[in-house]
Amino acid sequence: MGEITLNLLLLQTIAGVALGAIFVLLAIGLSLIFGMLGVVNFAHGAFFMLGAYAGVYFYGLTGNFWFSLLLVPLTVGAVGLAVERVLVRPLYGRGLDYPLLLTFGLSYVLVEAIRIQFGVEGYQMGTPAALRGAVDIGIGHFPTYRLFLIGATAAIVLALWLFIEKTRFGLIIRAGAQDPEIVRILGIDIGRVWLLVFALGIAIAGLSGILAAPTRAVTPEMGIPVLVESFVVTVVGGMGSLAGAVVAGLLVGIVYSLTSLFAPEMAEMSIFVLMALVLLVRPQGLFGRTGVFG
Amino acid sequence: MSTTRISLSRRKVLLGAAAAATSPFWFNIARAQGAPIRIGFPVPLTGPFSSDAQDQVRAAEVAVKEFNDGGGFRGRMAELLVRDDKLNAGEAATRTLELVEKDKVNFVVGSLSAAVQLSVNSVTKERKIIYNSISQSDAINEVKDWSPYTFHEALNPHITAGAVGRYAFKRFGKRVAFLTADYAFGHEMVRGFQRAGKEFGVETLADVRHPLGAADYSAFLPRIQALKPDILFFCNFGRDLLNSVKQATEFGLKSNTKFVAPVLLYSARSAGGPEPFEGVIGGTSFYWRMEDTVPSAKAFNDKFRKAHGGAVPSDYGALGYGGVRTVLEAVRIAGSTDSDKVSLAMRQLKYDYYKGPQYYRGCDHQSVQSILIIESKSKNMKDKNDVFDIVASEPPDEKYLRSCAELGHKA
Repeated sequence: MGEITLNLLLLQTIAGVALGAIFVLLAIGLSLIFGMLGVVNFAHGAFFMLGAYAGVYFYGLTGNFWFSLLLVPLTVGAVGLAVERVLVRPLYGRGLDYPLLLTFGLSYVLVEAIRIQFGVEGYQMGTPAALRGAVDIGIGHFPTYRLFLIGATAAIVLALWLFIEKTRFGLIIRAGAQDPEIVRILGIDIGRVWLLVFALGIAIAGLSGILAAPTRAVTPEMGIPVLVESFVVTVVGGMGSLAGAVVAGLLVGIVYSLTSLFAPEMAEMSIFVLMALVLLVRPQGLFGRTGVFG
Repeated sequence: MSTTRISLSRRKVLLGAAAAATSPFWFNIARAQGAPIRIGFPVPLTGPFSSDAQDQVRAAEVAVKEFNDGGGFRGRMAELLVRDDKLNAGEAATRTLELVEKDKVNFVVGSLSAAVQLSVNSVTKERKIIYNSISQSDAINEVKDWSPYTFHEALNPHITAGAVGRYAFKRFGKRVAFLTADYAFGHEMVRGFQRAGKEFGVETLADVRHPLGAADYSAFLPRIQALKPDILFFCNFGRDLLNSVKQATEFGLKSNTKFVAPVLLYSARSAGGPEPFEGVIGGTSFYWRMEDTVPSAKAFNDKFRKAHGGAVPSDYGALGYGGVRTVLEAVRIAGSTDSDKVSLAMRQLKYDYYKGPQYYRGCDHQSVQSILIIESKSKNMKDKNDVFDIVASEPPDEKYLRSCAELGHKA
């Protein structure tokens, strides 16, 4: 097995944080959409994949990674706007099942559309030149790009927190999550709020796609395992809770990473064991509210 | 007189009409004689190995066209029935069953994964259909899975790991680590290396297993980094190989460790580009630059280039060609498409179709062939396809295979 030194444990934990960063972003989107709209978005992984493909496309077109980082959430978010307005809106008020089935079907459509348009083999997205190589962080070498990933996620989470806690629109979102009826009575078009929140969640999924693309192969199926992991994170953190998405995302990433160190064959299973344990102790998730499923 | 002429012409008309009425039967007989020789070809067209699978299809098409252009077999043309096995043993079994029962194929060639080929073989051997496997597997030579209708054109992990190991241990050191895909191919490779390493006194520091198709290897690399092995063996395939080499390079492992991939794929290297693969060494059954020294390689490459717009065949592509061509040549030699006769013909075949002399060993139908050691390069590339240097090769020799007795075969 080799010795497990403290350095190694720390390095492995940081690798877990980098892994978790992607989970955090995806879980935030899922949680936002569920918390506000009551929609379980099974197409979230497909939008992650769309973001990765859009990233490959824009990066190839402009040669500028930062510009592509900006374009991707805007374009994927625009797709989200269209999806909400045309597909999801007619299903409000009909319970959990219909939007769930819709997004499930949508995920198949999106994957096949990408297969038809871009082929089944997928692409490799090169790491942008400025972020290549490894950095000696004292305890070992760690890829620069993954450090950037952690930093970018922290920045996005911070920006989102400021938006939700400190702006007027954020106030409306929080109020709408608590009681949509009263918000409507107060004269606010809750439909428009839902539209923008859905698009925001999808945009974040797309952004996480382009951020993840240099660390893995960009293929039409890349969103499928990622969707499962995102749901695990959302359940562990609590559906509808943003703090929960952040904490659970990091926790799942670290658990996966540390399990890979001691028992690599169990790594994939370890996140489900974590989920089972959390559900046994706190069925609503770490930060979830009881009775959110209604 | 006019009446006689009319009766004669009426007879002619009647005869002509009778002849015309039987003509559909002529066409039927002609069609029966031209019944195509169907070859089922299940490969993973979707999934992480899809680019290699597609090249197998392209090269198999070259073999079929060559056979048909040469007149086929007594006027019968060969036909390739390509199916997607999705890299899944259950799916492969279903597709193979369909090919045998519904499409009535005469032979099956194919597959690209250790577990899948065993599944295909279990279907074909029951139905006495010849199956020529074009993918690495140790198990397919063993008596448990083998049958007189099972042939193995590809290399197996034992031969590959042996050749690559012997090359690497001599030059790079004795402290080794493995990054292994957690399925039969990965495990068999590790076992092959450890066996070859015994005579060199090699020490295994770690055998890190990752799930097949894993996208992210960052969880497995810090540990390998901490161990600082002399050699890191990438016992995985296709996209897994590409991603793990790329990410291991990003983690800075190359500075202390030599990267060796027992099966260094042309497709992985082409997709990944020169940087991540710089200095990586590996084994392969075929690399197109063999045409510099092997005439049959040049002949095959030219046919492939002509059929596919100047592209060159990959390693697994060449296997697709060899796997189909040996079957079709054996049909010609046997003078029949009967499985027993063709199997006998294949067993006696001594051939040189694309890489030099080969033959199928009698006890387990393993193709005894040369194996190349290649090194990836980023400088001195003559063109975009010139991605490797051939640094060594082992000639075809049964001593590199496991013995018949060890595999469980009698005599």
